[in-house]
Amino acid sequence: MTFAARIDNVRKTYTLKSEVVHALNGVTFDIPTGDYVAIMGASGSGKSTLLNMLGCLDRPTSGKLSLGEQDVTTMSDDQLSAVRATKIGFVFQSYNLIQQLTVVENIEVPLYYQGRVTTSDRKRCRELAKMVGLEERLDHRPNQLSGGQQQRVAIARSLVNDPYFMLADEPTGNLDSKTTEEILSLFDKLNSEGRTIVIVTHEDEVGARSKRVVRMRDGVVLSDKPSAEENFVISDHAKTANAENGVPSA
Amino acid sequence: MLWLRTWKLGVKSLLLHPMRSLLTILGILIGVSSVIWLLAIGEGISAKAQEQIEQLGANNVIVRSVRPIGEVSIAGRGSAEYGLMREDFRRLEDILGDSLEKIIPIREKKRAIEYKGVRTEGRLVGCTDDYATLMKLNVRSGRFLNALDNENRSQHCILASELANELFPTSEPLGKNIYLPDHEEYYKIIGVLQPRAATAAVGGSIAGQDFSADVYIPIKTWQDRIGDTIRTNRDGSFERETVELNQITMQVKNKDDVLNVSESVKVILGDVHDQAGDVSIVIPLELLEQAKTTRFMFMVFMGLIAAISLLVGGIGIMNIMLATVTERTREIGIRRALGAKRKDIIRQFLVETVVLSVVGGLVGILLGLLCPLCFQFARWCMERFRPDLMAAIPEAVRDVAPLIVPVSIPIAFGISVTVGVIFGLYPAYRAAQLDPIEALRHE
Repeated sequence: MTFAARIDNVRKTYTLKSEVVHALNGVTFDIPTGDYVAIMGASGSGKSTLLNMLGCLDRPTSGKLSLGEQDVTTMSDDQLSAVRATKIGFVFQSYNLIQQLTVVENIEVPLYYQGRVTTSDRKRCRELAKMVGLEERLDHRPNQLSGGQQQRVAIARSLVNDPYFMLADEPTGNLDSKTTEEILSLFDKLNSEGRTIVIVTHEDEVGARSKRVVRMRDGVVLSDKPSAEENFVISDHAKTANAENGVPSA
Repeated sequence: MLWLRTWKLGVKSLLLHPMRSLLTILGILIGVSSVIWLLAIGEGISAKAQEQIEQLGANNVIVRSVRPIGEVSIAGRGSAEYGLMREDFRRLEDILGDSLEKIIPIREKKRAIEYKGVRTEGRLVGCTDDYATLMKLNVRSGRFLNALDNENRSQHCILASELANELFPTSEPLGKNIYLPDHEEYYKIIGVLQPRAATAAVGGSIAGQDFSADVYIPIKTWQDRIGDTIRTNRDGSFERETVELNQITMQVKNKDDVLNVSESVKVILGDVHDQAGDVSIVIPLELLEQAKTTRFMFMVFMGLIAAISLLVGGIGIMNIMLATVTERTREIGIRRALGAKRKDIIRQFLVETVVLSVVGGLVGILLGLLCPLCFQFARWCMERFRPDLMAAIPEAVRDVAPLIVPVSIPIAFGISVTVGVIFGLYPAYRAAQLDPIEALRHE
């Protein structure tokens, strides 16, 4: 069995004005390749800190964190940047595309920081854009796209470097229920093709689509079980309410 | 290839805010062109001063008679006696003769000159044959004075080109006699000179010399026939002035001896003239050295002003880049999350400042090179539309011809890029030091 990530007793403490905050208090779990994990929890549970660790944006205070075969626990800033460029695919709540770049240029950005953009890479970017259904809009800029389209560009971008796992932070938080469904279907499809997906969310609808749910509270793992065993409250009512409240779609 | 993309991206980001970029460029542009302009103007002024001094001859030592201060003659009874004497000339010749190439006594006075009823004012100059070589006068027709003219006290004269044209608009002046009404004397024209540009005044030590109205006669003829005392009719009353020599010009054989010779001249003349204060010594070489120092100081001063304007431009760049970094914090966060190293971020922002300063530098150089043209244009406009104002401007300012100092171009460009890099470095560093997590959260 290969692992996309192994988290071994990871702790993270911050010191805020002489007050020590334990954001992560000994977290241990593995993410096998091909898994689809939802990390859930209330705000302050430590899920964002864990996301930053997995995304190599932050380092654990203690414990061990391995991504693929690499131990990233004690890597330098530059080394972590290199890991992000080559082996991690971020998808953010607010899409985070670069405004002055076109769709295809946005997809290329991680390659750019790997120090290579070859003709075959270009072709691959186009294929990814096609896969997420944006082959008609390669030269559009982010402000010419709807929210769902922007998030699909972000998903294509997260796959361009063939990462260990796709790391999605509330990827549907800014989308209406219809677009949410589109994005979640895309995740299903990618996972069925063998992509590892780690998704941080507080929405039951999103958590229910994963294979496995890790619940966190106060910096520790509260539960870790297959999503089928979770009691998600997903009512049609919630979906309709979402749409009626006019959650922005673009 | 990737570098090319970085540059393209930099240009693209700058074009997002064209007005802002333009104003930033303007700061650098003004700095660079002012470096070139100020140095060119400085060079123009000092080159002119140096040229004027060199015209006096770097090997020369010039002693002139000056009317002592305070000895103002009262009209009607005025009489003044001062200045260099023939005895001074003999002593200088005896003592310093070995180190001198030439030593020339000169007597000069403004006089009326007539030919067949045409009357004009000229400058009568008594001198020896060496004068032509010394002052670089060239003969157009006939010949200049020779040693015999002086020995024989001959009544020969040589006319400046312009004066000859005035008195003899249609006929040939050679062989004709001009009349000096003040002395009731006739002189035969044996030569006419080529036109010679006037020398300008040098500081306060030597007045400008205009050669266009000169009439040269042998100095011995002057001494015998005109004499040392000259009566001038001024407003109906007479003024008497007795001067033996107006000027003695010495040309030193060896340039290294110039200062020694001038010291000796001071000592030799000191006995007689220090008390009276009626001679002044001009040493062009010394003036030249002074001019060089002045020029250097001038350049430093001009350079300083230009450097300040570049500094201001640099601060402009820094200001804009700091604003840009704040504005693009989120973009920086995204790029960092997608794998950009700190140095990639530094490079990205530095490229933008370098683009700004290079563009500013290049346009600034172009504008700088236009400096002499702009001067010409301004002068042309002034002459065309406000000739009265133009005439009121002092000659030294009016005639300034800016000279582009070639080295100022690479210097200005180098400085502008350096300023761009230095002032861009801090904002870029700030950008790179941002915590990616914080930057991503930035709205």
